Amino acid sequence: MHYRRPGLDRLSHALLALCCLLFLLPVWLAFTASTHTLGALYSQTASLWFGEAGWDNYRHLLSGSVGGLGTDVLTLLINSTLMALGIAIGKIAISVLAAYAIVFFRFPFRRLCFWLIFITLMLPVEVRILPTFEVVADLGLLDSYAGLILPLIASATATFLLRQFYLTIPPEMVEAARIDGAGPWRFLRDILLPLSKTNLAALFVIMFLYGWNQYLWPLLITNDADYLTIVVGLKRLLTSADGLVPWQNVTATAILAMLPPIVVILLMQRYFVKGLVDNEK
Amino acid sequence: MSAPFQRHRLTPWILMAPQLGIVLVFFFWPALQAIEQAFYVEDAFGLSREFAGLANFKAVLSDATYYQALGTTLVFSLAVAFGAMSIALLLAVMADRVIRGARIYRTLLVWPYAVAPAVAGVLWLFLFDPTLGLISGLLGDVGIDWDHKLNGAQALALVIMASVWKQMSYNFVFFLAALQALPKSLLEAAAIDRAGPWRRFWTITFPLLSPTAFFLLVMNSVYAFFETFGTIDTVTSGGPGGATTTLVYKVYQDGFVGQDMGSSAAQSVLLMALVGGLTWFQFRYVERKVQY
Repeated sequence: MHYRRPGLDRLSHALLALCCLLFLLPVWLAFTASTHTLGALYSQTASLWFGEAGWDNYRHLLSGSVGGLGTDVLTLLINSTLMALGIAIGKIAISVLAAYAIVFFRFPFRRLCFWLIFITLMLPVEVRILPTFEVVADLGLLDSYAGLILPLIASATATFLLRQFYLTIPPEMVEAARIDGAGPWRFLRDILLPLSKTNLAALFVIMFLYGWNQYLWPLLITNDADYLTIVVGLKRLLTSADGLVPWQNVTATAILAMLPPIVVILLMQRYFVKGLVDNEK
Repeated sequence: MSAPFQRHRLTPWILMAPQLGIVLVFFFWPALQAIEQAFYVEDAFGLSREFAGLANFKAVLSDATYYQALGTTLVFSLAVAFGAMSIALLLAVMADRVIRGARIYRTLLVWPYAVAPAVAGVLWLFLFDPTLGLISGLLGDVGIDWDHKLNGAQALALVIMASVWKQMSYNFVFFLAALQALPKSLLEAAAIDRAGPWRRFWTITFPLLSPTAFFLLVMNSVYAFFETFGTIDTVTSGGPGGATTTLVYKVYQDGFVGQDMGSSAAQSVLLMALVGGLTWFQFRYVERKVQY
């Protein structure tokens, strides 16, 4: 490629590296702050290097009841994990079934069903806060895992994406399976699901992050600390103290809150990028 | 495709049932209730209610704080979309230039997407903490007093920065993918015709990227509208003096904190109309795949 310019390439590398560092800075500072004692933190501006209290801070948060939370952070991590897994798996499961019905069957109101699901894109939790809360309260699902998970597992995006993929399956394949005596359930289990493995992995990453990072919904329906998620717990920690913000606890909890989703995104980056970019099509 | 499993009449309904059930119970039922509620006024104890026609809408639309929230939402959305997209485009163009390492840079820049908006808010709150924040300290050294708890403009700026930081990675992934899919022959032809990198970018790359940019503009607006609730709630709780109260935050505040059901429902209905318009707009675009 003769039109390359080495000088410009070096500049690009330098700027990219600088930006990567800048993007890391907020996390780095939170990480170092989480290893200081409260006293050490407030004796200077935020330190760029580690303090001595790291193990103690994290052990204290994970094992004992934390003031302002009413529970330990380990419980919050478990709740967040259950909620994120429940939402990711639930969304994928019901979307697989719905997309399968829409593509491979003909039944009355098929188009209406598709549109009903598609329209939910216009109704995010944020625009129907109170009535959804009332429905969940009437069903007795406040402060429960079902209440955290169920209202969030409908997914127009997943249904739409899977539908697009199913439409690319050649009809001959279905015909061959049918001639060999496979019924609809057998076809779904033995042929369609193995074929859609990559798509499912991509959806899983996106939906796991979606579930883990939920804020408004768990904030509304959990009062009981036993069902609090870590992202919501963060705000409670932040506002619990009357005087100084306990920044060592807040930053340590923030680090713990972002660790699992970051690990997931980095491990499954290939699927994640594919899933995101395919969504557009 | 002709339907392969035509003789099965019950099976499709069994397959559809879970998704339809969830959608009807948790989406349409509450949405209809919000619409109904918007036309009623409740007494202070929620014991009785009266049909009020359009009174709730009139009250909302003649409320100065609603327009303040609308203005804040517009400024906030535009700033987040513009900021996150321009940084992402710059970085993606550079990552696309360097032959080696584009994937490594993607790894190093993609992870903020995984950070919850509320957590992103906390990270930036710490950077700008008036007593021990690093950046607020540096700003103090050059004579700028930083206190987002008192200064509305600073509070809004802080929420915008945290949101841009998180959203940039999403845009970066899309821009990089779009850049790598561009036809290289066009750029090489331009280079042979002695067009420099600057000129090549603005006359070839940028116009070819515009469908992606347009799609991202819609996605970023939706993000700024809804998903930043967590950032706003942790960083400023809508204050000071409503300076960071967006339309969505106001629905929450009036309905859940202020317990004004009718007004909150009317605001919900207005928001639904707005999102409906946005979705329709996006769908038309997706349908047609506008080429510029």
